[in-house]
Amino acid sequence: MRPSKPAGEPPSNHPAAALELTKDSFARIVASLIRVTGDWALAEDCAQEAMTAALERWPRDGVPGNPGGWLRTVARNRAIDVLRRAAVEKTKLQEVAMLWDPSQPPAEEIDDDRLRLIFTCCHPALSLEARVALTLRTIAGVPTADIARAFLTTEPTMTRRITRAKSKIAAARIPYRVPTGEALAERLPGVLAVLYLLFTRGYDADGEPAFASEAIRLARLLTALMPAEPEVPSLLALFLLQHSRHDARRDAAGDLVTLEKQDRSRWDRAAIAEGLEILLHTPVEGPYAVQARIAACHATARTFADTDWPSIAGWYDWLAEAQPSPVVALNRAVAHGYAFGPAAGLALLAEARAGGGLDHYPAAIAVEADLVARAGDRPRAAELFRAAAAAASSEVERRALLARAAEAQPGG
Amino acid sequence: MKYMMFVCTDTEPETDESRVPDIDVWVSANDAAGRRVTGNVLAPPSAATTVRVRGGQVLLTDGPFAETKEVIVGFDILECADLDEAIAVAVAHPMAHHGRMELRPYADL
Repeated sequence: MRPSKPAGEPPSNHPAAALELTKDSFARIVASLIRVTGDWALAEDCAQEAMTAALERWPRDGVPGNPGGWLRTVARNRAIDVLRRAAVEKTKLQEVAMLWDPSQPPAEEIDDDRLRLIFTCCHPALSLEARVALTLRTIAGVPTADIARAFLTTEPTMTRRITRAKSKIAAARIPYRVPTGEALAERLPGVLAVLYLLFTRGYDADGEPAFASEAIRLARLLTALMPAEPEVPSLLALFLLQHSRHDARRDAAGDLVTLEKQDRSRWDRAAIAEGLEILLHTPVEGPYAVQARIAACHATARTFADTDWPSIAGWYDWLAEAQPSPVVALNRAVAHGYAFGPAAGLALLAEARAGGGLDHYPAAIAVEADLVARAGDRPRAAELFRAAAAAASSEVERRALLARAAEAQPGG
Repeated sequence: MKYMMFVCTDTEPETDESRVPDIDVWVSANDAAGRRVTGNVLAPPSAATTVRVRGGQVLLTDGPFAETKEVIVGFDILECADLDEAIAVAVAHPMAHHGRMELRPYADL
């Protein structure tokens, strides 16, 4: 199994750092308590109480030698207390008491519990939004208030949404199990889609940056648990390669910096190296593997001009064939525009628009503007950039597009 | 775990004509496995009668209580280990290809 921190780094004695490390413990505790008790609320409450106790006591008494074990013990004892008061039958109490017993063979089964939990939270019988919220809350341990903010809703609304999802899991008996065989192939893409959505929520212009880190952490966990499914490490590599540009994507004023203008010395070299290393050992079997290779082409280019656009265009051809979408069609036009000239890009854009698939994509206007600018028609480009700015969904994007308009036609 | 499976028509014209399962095979396989407790095809909504009691009066209405385009054409009571098993049973029913199935768990009170 992959260690949760790079090898060679000593364990931290600092309470905050130790708690960060124990974030993995939250999912472990919740997952195992759900398996044994079948009670989601109890599992989460006990895990949360253990975290709260740690926040109180570690700064005062110091970080225990085995922080994860300390948290598990607190959570387990709390669960036993609650169950005893509810007069639960003795066998169940014994089962809980045996959890994480050092004399029992541990690791494998605990990992299985977390995997089970991921597949349950991402079950297709739940709405996509509920799946993302439930994954964030139950597996990543993100506070409901933060999830609500990211989904532009209130905490009580988000609490209701999560509660309703949990009630459905119980009422409809959504299984707590990792599917096997054909069912796994059917269900895994749905799980990866939830992680991808989580990542983009963190990466979007107005997103919650912490979600991108959570997505990377979960992709790492899933990679460790399912090493035989190539799309899982591919997704992790994709996240790492995209996230490597995180610090270079904003300027001092918080405005978006395009790939072309980013200071590449600020890219996270360690993340790029890890992503590339994963791709070396991972075959191309699905769309995440292809997207990761596109990200790798960008990450390995010394300068924007050095970018291997013909390869990127080829990968987008692959995606357009295997998994067509408006976003793929747009990016394909961009890639062909750089690889084979603006006319090639504009032709693909016109083709995609003819299908009506780009009607609701304001980004298409910005792509056209860029291609038109590079084809030399600067007044038309400025006009299109202004139109794209008017249709932009976030303030950060709007400012970036207006800057492009001014650049295309100074004083225009 | 018991599920009531409503077998309904669908308003969307698109159907799946590939490898549509056979209803007799479906019934006998699920009966034999003990997954189908009972079930039947229902007479059309034109044969339905809606019954209410209000203010001590029995009110009868000709036809179903809701005017929807999707019509319940049959039902089955399933006995399954969990939702995944019930989904697999529903997927194997021919009406999943032409109409839609609704799986409602019994509320175990």
